[in-house]
Amino acid sequence: MLWLLGLLWPLMGIHADGTLSFGKAFTVWLYVLAGTIVIVALVILHKQGLLTWAGAPLKMLRAPAAATTARIPTWIWIAIAAAAAFVFPQFADRYGQDVAINVLVYVCLGLGLNIVVGLAGMLDLGYIAFYGVGAYTYALLSVYYQLSFWLSLPVAACTACIAGCIIGYPTLRMRGDYLAIVTLGFGEIVRIILNNWMQLTNGPNGVLGIKAPGLYLPDWSGGFSFEHLYLKKLHYLYYVILLLAIFTILAVRRLNISRIGRAWEAIREDETAAELMGVNTYLLKLLAYAMGAIFAGLAGAFFAARMRFVSPESFTFLESATVLAMVVLGGMGSIPGIILGALALIVLPEMFREFELYRMLCLGGAMVLMMLFRPGGFITAKRLGRRSEDKEG
Amino acid sequence: MEFFLQQLINGFTLGGIYALIALGYTMVYGIIQLINFAHGEFFAAGGYMGVILLSFFASKGYMQTHPWLCLGGALLLAMLFCAFLAMAVEKVAYKPLRHSTRLAALVSALGMSIFLSNGLMLTQGVYDKPYPSGFAQGGFEFGLITVSYLQITIVLVTIGLLIFLNILVFKTRIGKAMRSTAQDKVMSALVGINSNKIISLTFAIGAGLAAAAGIMVGLYYGSVNYTMGFVPGIKAFAAAVLGGIGNITGAMLGGLIIGMVEIFGAGYISGQYKDVFAFVILISVLYFRPTGIMGENVDDTRV
Repeated sequence: MLWLLGLLWPLMGIHADGTLSFGKAFTVWLYVLAGTIVIVALVILHKQGLLTWAGAPLKMLRAPAAATTARIPTWIWIAIAAAAAFVFPQFADRYGQDVAINVLVYVCLGLGLNIVVGLAGMLDLGYIAFYGVGAYTYALLSVYYQLSFWLSLPVAACTACIAGCIIGYPTLRMRGDYLAIVTLGFGEIVRIILNNWMQLTNGPNGVLGIKAPGLYLPDWSGGFSFEHLYLKKLHYLYYVILLLAIFTILAVRRLNISRIGRAWEAIREDETAAELMGVNTYLLKLLAYAMGAIFAGLAGAFFAARMRFVSPESFTFLESATVLAMVVLGGMGSIPGIILGALALIVLPEMFREFELYRMLCLGGAMVLMMLFRPGGFITAKRLGRRSEDKEG
Repeated sequence: MEFFLQQLINGFTLGGIYALIALGYTMVYGIIQLINFAHGEFFAAGGYMGVILLSFFASKGYMQTHPWLCLGGALLLAMLFCAFLAMAVEKVAYKPLRHSTRLAALVSALGMSIFLSNGLMLTQGVYDKPYPSGFAQGGFEFGLITVSYLQITIVLVTIGLLIFLNILVFKTRIGKAMRSTAQDKVMSALVGINSNKIISLTFAIGAGLAAAAGIMVGLYYGSVNYTMGFVPGIKAFAAAVLGGIGNITGAMLGGLIIGMVEIFGAGYISGQYKDVFAFVILISVLYFRPTGIMGENVDDTRV
């Protein structure tokens, strides 16, 4: 039935300012149609087993490859990845570093959202609000009180956490779907408040003059003293966010394999059963929500420090949707999947700059397709089951 | 007092529009327990169809000779178009996921919503599209209060559609089939109701009503924009929850209340925060009375 959707598009494009012009709509329609035909063809071929000839050499390669990867312990892979991430700014130019910083910010956000969506199974559509809270916390502290970045970081995490609790407290009593729309509403409320509270946030004009993170370096020239250095260079900032990202990855991983993580997954699989087994579902859901908010707050503080300017424009619903798409496409609940998702969703649009306009269109389409054909994401998390309540039609 | 009455009339107009959108949410949720995120996009698509058709009529000069006929035609065609669009969307993005996890269905719905709103942006451009002016200008004056003909038209069309829907749902065989499918899909399939058809039809009706609302918003505010579906979508959902999700009368009432609160809140408290009031209502309803005013689906697993 995909053709039906394809057929309906040109109708939308009757461009009537007295005349009818199909031009603009027609190109869009053509792209969508081409994409649809390719996907449908692939699916049909796959179903009829005609793609096996293409998959066969890959499969033959996969078996020995899997054997060798299994022999090398995981920590070597992680070490290689970490080393690559560490030396990256030495080889990349300014632009590359900029993109890399973006990727790492979104890795932090994606992992934070992963706690809420992937582990605890609650759909949060206002996640970017916490990012905004973190960013504004540091921005205001820096501008009004000249507080340093490192001191503000825990403060930003705390305010984001408090915001998370305020939002989570009333909404988490109910299950499932309502939460999505309530968080969507809350995300909008936060944005509207940031936009309209002129005295505090300077409204849509944003906050200017935020300090970059500073560092005290020991200085031995002429006695022992500390020299204060603002990390304005891009590759210093890269290391700051790399540190934050590594911290986030470790924290989320530890949470995932802990008692709390198991309890979250139990809630995701079946809330009633989890409650019967003695899991305090309400408190744990609130904890998941607050944890997610904390990581967003940290990333937000870094965002403010890096841009040295914040405005409500950066915290729209589309950002929330992008982060959610990373989690969903990468694989809910799987850490490497989300890193891959963040990498893909930041780097691919950079590579296809001329299709900038089509970015969100593709994102939306990709989310639907992913759910249809591979609900687990690119890299499916290991422990993933179905909710018992969803099984009956 | 004049201000109060004026606001009452404005609130009534806006409330009717929210009620029309809310009905789509509540019907779809009632039948398959899914929040249809793309519903706001049907509303926007309806608004765009209205602008396209009305400008087309205006360019051919029919608008000057038969304005009411043109409006009726545009309304009907836009509703039809959105109904088909909704059926296509349902087939593509929701039907295959009916038996998968709820999170998957929600994400798919959200993806569809992003896809549609960006599709609108790409085909129609980023800027506001103006509605052809000169339609139903002027109005009655009662002392200091003005009731424009446009407002009367909107309210009359809304009431007409609501009556039509009530007859459809509560008096016809199709309505009976819809209600039974909402209660128990397996059982109604056993007595010979094609639930796939009914679900598809529910989407179509909801989208048709949303399209009508889209045209009326376009006429009322004079222009449409590709992002227009987002915020009214949430507000209409708040209305549906307020009325008790799954309940048709409740959605109408909820829409009216949300519209009134928004207009009075904007008039008496603060115009800048007018979008916040609906959310505050939504959250307080969920907190104090999750089943809404006329709650039907009090089933614990659903709420």
